[in-house]
Amino acid sequence: MEGNKFNERRQIITLVILVIGGIFVVRLFFLQVINQSYKLSSQNNVLRFVTQYPARGTIFDRNGELMVYNEAAYDLLVVPRQAVIDDTLAFCKLLKIDLPSFRTRFESARKYSRYRPSVFLEQISKEDYGYIIEKLYHYPGFFFQARTLRKYPRPIAAHVLGDVGEVNNADMERDAVYKMGDYIGKSGLEKFYEKDLRGKKGMKIMMVDVHNREKGSYRDGIYDTLPVTGKNIYLGMDARLQEYGERLMVNKTGSVVAIDPATGEILALISSPNYDPNLLVGRSRGKNFNELLNAPQKPLINRAISGTYSPGSTFKMLNALVALETGSIDENTRFSCQGKSSTPIKCTHSHVTPLAVHQAIEQSCNPFFWNTFRNILINPSLKGQKNALEYWHQKMLDFGLGHRFKTDIPFEVAGNIPSRDYYDKVYNGSWNAMTVRSLSIGQGEILLTPLQLANLAAIIGNEGTYYPPHMTRKIGEENDTLPARFTQKLSTGIDARHFRLVKSAMLDVFEGGGGTARRFKVADFRAAGKTGTVQNPHGKDHSLFMAFAPYEQPKIAIAVVIENAGFGSTWAAPVASLMMELYLTGEIKRPEMEKFLLENYPDPVAP
Amino acid sequence: MRENQNILSRIELPVLFLYLALTLIGWLSIYAAVFNEDHTSIFDITQRYGKQLLWIGLALVLGLIVLLTDSRFFNGFAFFIYFATLLMLVAVLVFGSTVSGSKSWFQIGGFGLQPAEFAKFSTGLALAAFLNRLETDMHQTRTKIISIIIIALPAILTLMQYDTGSALVFSAFVLVLYREGLSAIPLVLGLIAIVLFIVTLYFTPLYVIMGIALLLAGALFFIKRNLPNIIRLIALFAVASMFIVSVGYVFNNILEPHQRTRINVLLGLDEDLRGAGYNVHQSKIAIGSGGFSGKGFLQGTQTKFNFVPEQSTDFIFCTVGEEWGFIGTSILIGLYLMLFLRLIRMAERQRSTFSRVYGYSVIAVLFFHFTINIAMTIGLAPVIGIPLPFVSYGGSSLWAFTIMLFVFLKLDANRLNVL
Repeated sequence: MEGNKFNERRQIITLVILVIGGIFVVRLFFLQVINQSYKLSSQNNVLRFVTQYPARGTIFDRNGELMVYNEAAYDLLVVPRQAVIDDTLAFCKLLKIDLPSFRTRFESARKYSRYRPSVFLEQISKEDYGYIIEKLYHYPGFFFQARTLRKYPRPIAAHVLGDVGEVNNADMERDAVYKMGDYIGKSGLEKFYEKDLRGKKGMKIMMVDVHNREKGSYRDGIYDTLPVTGKNIYLGMDARLQEYGERLMVNKTGSVVAIDPATGEILALISSPNYDPNLLVGRSRGKNFNELLNAPQKPLINRAISGTYSPGSTFKMLNALVALETGSIDENTRFSCQGKSSTPIKCTHSHVTPLAVHQAIEQSCNPFFWNTFRNILINPSLKGQKNALEYWHQKMLDFGLGHRFKTDIPFEVAGNIPSRDYYDKVYNGSWNAMTVRSLSIGQGEILLTPLQLANLAAIIGNEGTYYPPHMTRKIGEENDTLPARFTQKLSTGIDARHFRLVKSAMLDVFEGGGGTARRFKVADFRAAGKTGTVQNPHGKDHSLFMAFAPYEQPKIAIAVVIENAGFGSTWAAPVASLMMELYLTGEIKRPEMEKFLLENYPDPVAP
Repeated sequence: MRENQNILSRIELPVLFLYLALTLIGWLSIYAAVFNEDHTSIFDITQRYGKQLLWIGLALVLGLIVLLTDSRFFNGFAFFIYFATLLMLVAVLVFGSTVSGSKSWFQIGGFGLQPAEFAKFSTGLALAAFLNRLETDMHQTRTKIISIIIIALPAILTLMQYDTGSALVFSAFVLVLYREGLSAIPLVLGLIAIVLFIVTLYFTPLYVIMGIALLLAGALFFIKRNLPNIIRLIALFAVASMFIVSVGYVFNNILEPHQRTRINVLLGLDEDLRGAGYNVHQSKIAIGSGGFSGKGFLQGTQTKFNFVPEQSTDFIFCTVGEEWGFIGTSILIGLYLMLFLRLIRMAERQRSTFSRVYGYSVIAVLFFHFTINIAMTIGLAPVIGIPLPFVSYGGSSLWAFTIMLFVFLKLDANRLNVL
């Protein structure tokens, strides 16, 4: 046993072994019990959270015709940390992208997150998908996700329907529902009804191995959630009328708005020039969007709600109505007209004189309306010109002017009705009827959108009441889903008796021997209307027309604005007439008028 | 032959049970690690778990043969076995095939044999036989040098096969020499050298040298300030400085690039999660995700879906950690500690130096494997590819460890017959 003299060293060796074992247990306690981050990492490693995208709601017109639907497409997603690409060139060739594009895409995915999937290449067609998926197993970290693209059976109503694009950072910050690569309504109805259309995303949890192969669903799918399809939107729009209007407006700059006066539903809303909504779908969306944005004609602007125009003669009925309501004139009040030598505003038409209100509307006599307007301002019951203008201003607001309807497509503007305060400021408090005389004939500071103009036609047709104009009849499959403001009947507060007088005068614009639209009378029904030729400081006069029909119980109220086209009766009136004919009778019996509009267009330069 | 008739009654049964428990845990863990829906039978011979069962069976046969062998054989043939193994190590350099960068395998049919695994056993035998001689004394330089040569020869041959991990295992025999009387100073110096090495990699050598100068200057206040002491301090400073300067050279010129990366990753100087750091990172995720009680048998997702490389061999501990949680890992570590303490007790009760030295060799080798393997999977040591004894997949290592352990069991069972 002489060699065993160091046997006390067994204790040191034992101690070393126990210390090492102790270190291991402590370390494992921290690693396995205290630290939670590894549990998270392990989920990211093997669980792939595959978002199940809901089908976006579709959009129908008033007759149940499909206007927007979905078509399958595929997004290629990447988890940068898992991505392995041996041959980048072959990969680029497979995806039909170039090397710089590959790099920027990969870099942006990595910037977003190294662990979470983000869209690498979006909206791959069904055909390419089939080809790529066969080779995708070479590239761990990449996988497909089914998406949908918007499709438009008729290439119409781009401004109204709007478009869908990928969310930006601001969208993601505003609403946590959105993740990189998600789609969101960018304009039009798609934007306004985003929350209804988008539906609810589902989540499928798949297990994947390190080679990116799916190994079945996690826990047999008990944590999976199903996507909820977006709600369908049913419009008041008549797709056929919209398409026809867009055709008539080809090569013209301007706008047409048609409203169902009984409900406030917009039947057609046309802004010209327009574009094919299919352009803003799919991978070329960005390119096409920039082209449209930079086009000199500004096709992206929705002139029907964003464009403002002086209403000109179409405004005269409003002054007549306010004057009748306040007793400033009555139906027999006559003012004389010296034609071109009238002061302070000359008359552009030749007619017998003096005229009462009925004929004055039919003949669009400027001096009559100047005197009418002056009578409102000097009406003793309105207590002075300035107070009278304030009263007048309030009435204009009651007609839906000078403020927005808050209709259901974005980018609506308010237009302008000048107020007493405005003139006090501009003229330092010293002004009178003479100063603001342009208001009498719808010129000067007054600005209306075509939507407001169409609504005026609806108000007159309804004899004083209206519903705020809107696109939608129904959201989803249940009834009474419209925002309350669209079903609330508003009144101008002017006696229907006065409206009947004005209506009858507008009837004679079509029916009377001297009516400015008598050439555009339709045999099958009686229509009432008013032309407008609006002086435009930037060029040729704008051509305006407003109308409603049938006269007895209006089903359509319409406003047409054609920029730089000259007389209202030449261009705007026939467009309105044909559209009313199509909507009310279902056919066009005046092909020569249609042919004229399709084959000619106003020369914006010639007088 | 009386010796063999009641061998089973004299064998240290707790060690035998611990051995069986560890191999069983290993087999089940391998099944869980490479589990495959297409081959659910744990006996499927085409899969690693099926093969491992075969290896276990053969290991038990080998163990039985060892137990039935005359115990004098091991002492008598120690050097013969030792030199035979050295020959095999040389032969593998010439005829061997390369597996994962190491030319350390004999490929016989579909089956590989790694001589380095057996070299650990034969080195233990040779060392024991050498120190068993009456004339040896750890205080003699001759004894030290011969002992170190016995250890170094197979280590160098293994290093030449580019199998650094297995070569490092031979350093474990220093523990045996320490037990037999080798001064602790070399061990302490070795530890200091490792610390200096790491510190130097963290900071620039100049700063480390300045730090040591400050430390030694501070030491002047605590020792007698006479000339010999000052000379000693200066000499110490010179040696330390030279060592520090040489660290940079060794690190950059002698170590292989993958070894440099592994060390850098371990020290946190390099976070290469897709490269060298990937293994450790994934391994920590697997173990950490097990939590307190684990995900359950076959429920581990990290190891099953191949996120952890080598999960059935060097990283088998991950599977235990993921599926059995902290409870499982603690129990496994507890089993090993029980085994080591048992073996120490057995070694100390041997009458012959041969048996005791051999017993400590077994402890040293098993403990080194245990320490390095687990430390690597939980990120406390660089990735050194050596298996976890009895648990990791692989025939060679299991047989080598079995033979090693069973020889000691046999020696222990026969200890009373030693004069």
